[in-house]
Amino acid sequence: MADVSEGLTPEVLMDMYYHMVLARVLDDRMWVMNRLGRAPVVYSSNGHEATQVASAFALDRGHDWVVPYYRDLALVLAMGMTPRDVFLHLMGRADDPNSGGRQMPAHWGSVDLKILTTGSVVTTQMMHAAGIALAAKLKHEPTVAMATFGEGSTSQGDFHEALNFAAVMKLPAIFLNENNGYAISVPARKQMAVPDVAARAQGYGIPGVVVDGNDPIKVFEAVRAAAVRARAGEGPTLIEAKTYRFVPHSSDDDDRAYRSREEVAEAKKHDPLVVFEQELREQHLLDDAQHKAVLDRAKAAVDDATEFADTAPDPDPSTLGRHVYHEAVL
Amino acid sequence: MAMTYLEAVRETLRQEMRRDARIIIYGEDVGVRGGVFRATEGLQDEFGEDRVMDSPLAESAIIGTAIGAAINGLRPVPEIQFADFIFPAVNQIVQEAARIRYRSNGTFGVPIVIRAPYGGGIHGALYHSQSIEAFFAHVPGLKVVMPATPYDVKGLLAASIEDEDPVLFLEHKGAYRSIRGDVPDERYLIPLGEAEVKREGTDVSIISWGMTVNSSLKAAENLAKQGVSVEVLDLRTIRPLDTEAILKTAKKTGKVLVVHEDNLTGGFGGEVSALIAEHALFHLDAPIRRLAGPDVPAMPYAPSLEHAFLVTPEKIEAAAKDLAAF
Ligand SMILES: Cc1ncc(C[n+]2csc(CCOP(=O)(O)OP(=O)(O)O)c2C)c(N)n1
Ligand SMILES: [Mg+2]
Repeated sequence: MADVSEGLTPEVLMDMYYHMVLARVLDDRMWVMNRLGRAPVVYSSNGHEATQVASAFALDRGHDWVVPYYRDLALVLAMGMTPRDVFLHLMGRADDPNSGGRQMPAHWGSVDLKILTTGSVVTTQMMHAAGIALAAKLKHEPTVAMATFGEGSTSQGDFHEALNFAAVMKLPAIFLNENNGYAISVPARKQMAVPDVAARAQGYGIPGVVVDGNDPIKVFEAVRAAAVRARAGEGPTLIEAKTYRFVPHSSDDDDRAYRSREEVAEAKKHDPLVVFEQELREQHLLDDAQHKAVLDRAKAAVDDATEFADTAPDPDPSTLGRHVYHEAVL
Repeated sequence: MAMTYLEAVRETLRQEMRRDARIIIYGEDVGVRGGVFRATEGLQDEFGEDRVMDSPLAESAIIGTAIGAAINGLRPVPEIQFADFIFPAVNQIVQEAARIRYRSNGTFGVPIVIRAPYGGGIHGALYHSQSIEAFFAHVPGLKVVMPATPYDVKGLLAASIEDEDPVLFLEHKGAYRSIRGDVPDERYLIPLGEAEVKREGTDVSIISWGMTVNSSLKAAENLAKQGVSVEVLDLRTIRPLDTEAILKTAKKTGKVLVVHEDNLTGGFGGEVSALIAEHALFHLDAPIRRLAGPDVPAMPYAPSLEHAFLVTPEKIEAAAKDLAAF
């Protein structure tokens, strides 16, 4: 059994913490932009940072693929997307590396960072991760593909088809469920008659693991174990990270309609940023000065991104018809 | 070498797989059994179980995983066992495969070829006889290829596999064993988007694609004996569409009959007709006519009903003759 916490050096732990803080600060700024009328819609990773950052860090970044969904701001930052990239995307600018301003915010994609392009139709991405893993297996490459998805999305048929296909073919895939208890307004108990998404793994003959999604170390270990298993040719793993979203589904949602303020306040006691900050302080990796330094660094990056995207050019309307089909390189 | 339409499919797949190690085939029963129509017979023996795989019975998974595999460097040629069963995969084909290049601003592409046997006249009833091209021809980002002859199968399939974008390659089940023709041994490509005049004529133009091209050629042959000269234009691919060839034949004869097996309303014949009406109206000597399957949900089973549905050479002959006399 490989040591699954291998690589969690103090530097790496601090880097993870930085990315979690960066995601939160960036997320908060996006909401400000929305309320200022500068960004028509915002989707948040607020509350999911531990799951997303730690799972990315557990992969071989630059080599392994992630196949995300709209919730995954912190994940793509941890994969190497910059705050400037995120803001160019948010504001639909020409230089948005995700889509050149074509997609609504939080529809990630980067060939260089091995982040698969994202659509809006939930759960289709699980199949793409299986396909990337299929190619990796056939090419005898040690690549792992990790798909992420919400618990509401597990009601889709593609969830079943992807898990079954990957399990039968023993593909090097990881299916990471970010269970925040809600699909917009609909609670998990109305999506499924079992308490845990992970329990479904049994029906496919693969491991199903539940982890505390607010604890980055636990998430890191679970994803690393799944990656080791995948690379050894033993097939996929379904991981369920239990977490919570602290803000509405999107900037167009009002979550007061479907959950109490008490419930949200209770969940915030387990805010992954707070949990991890305490952990790092206990390990003497973080003190007040370092804490402030991390926050200042994140704020500076976000200020820079906001300013940068603000004056960036919009897509040229004459490009509307481009990239429908492959364009030969002249 | 003379061979059937089906053999042309199989031999082209073989030749392409020998040429390009990135090509993989998978779908339902394509491995040991060689496909329910034998289109992939012997390929697993030659290329092994890694390149010719039986997959779970799940169309969305077949196409969805092909998208991922293509993005990670392979050239998947998945098979949908019958075109009628492509609908569980429409989400992956239309929302994902077709839109990925556009939505990623050209940074991702999905080079896959989806082979699917379509069409009726084989006692397949409602769910083994459908023509599905109109649903997909509507989708920018996809290419839709419908060969009529073994020669075209080879050149179009090789070109589809080389294409950087998703291609829906529709093979007519009735053509598989009934249509034979000469196919050169050496590799050749037929560019997607180039129609071909399969028969020259001066009185009436028949515009068609897929199996009904063969039926139209039969009708043209009979009409020639009756002194009616029919031109038959085979579109070969309906997306991209060879608009120029359509307008050229329309202007040449001034009388156009559009023929397809798919049902009439919302069928691709409407698009062809609209193009001619927009760009060649004043060259016409008669109203554009469409001959197509009837507007019933799908092709029934009993031979009498099936025959009544089909667009036969006799029906085409009658329609073209009528038009010639206009
Ligand atoms: C196929 C499909 N149906 C409906 C929607 C609209 N929709 C977007 S997100 C969402 C809820 C998803 O919830 P969940 O999977 O739990 O993810 P979360 O947002 O909670 O992370 C819905 C219904 C969609 N995008 N795709
Ligand atoms: Mg949810």
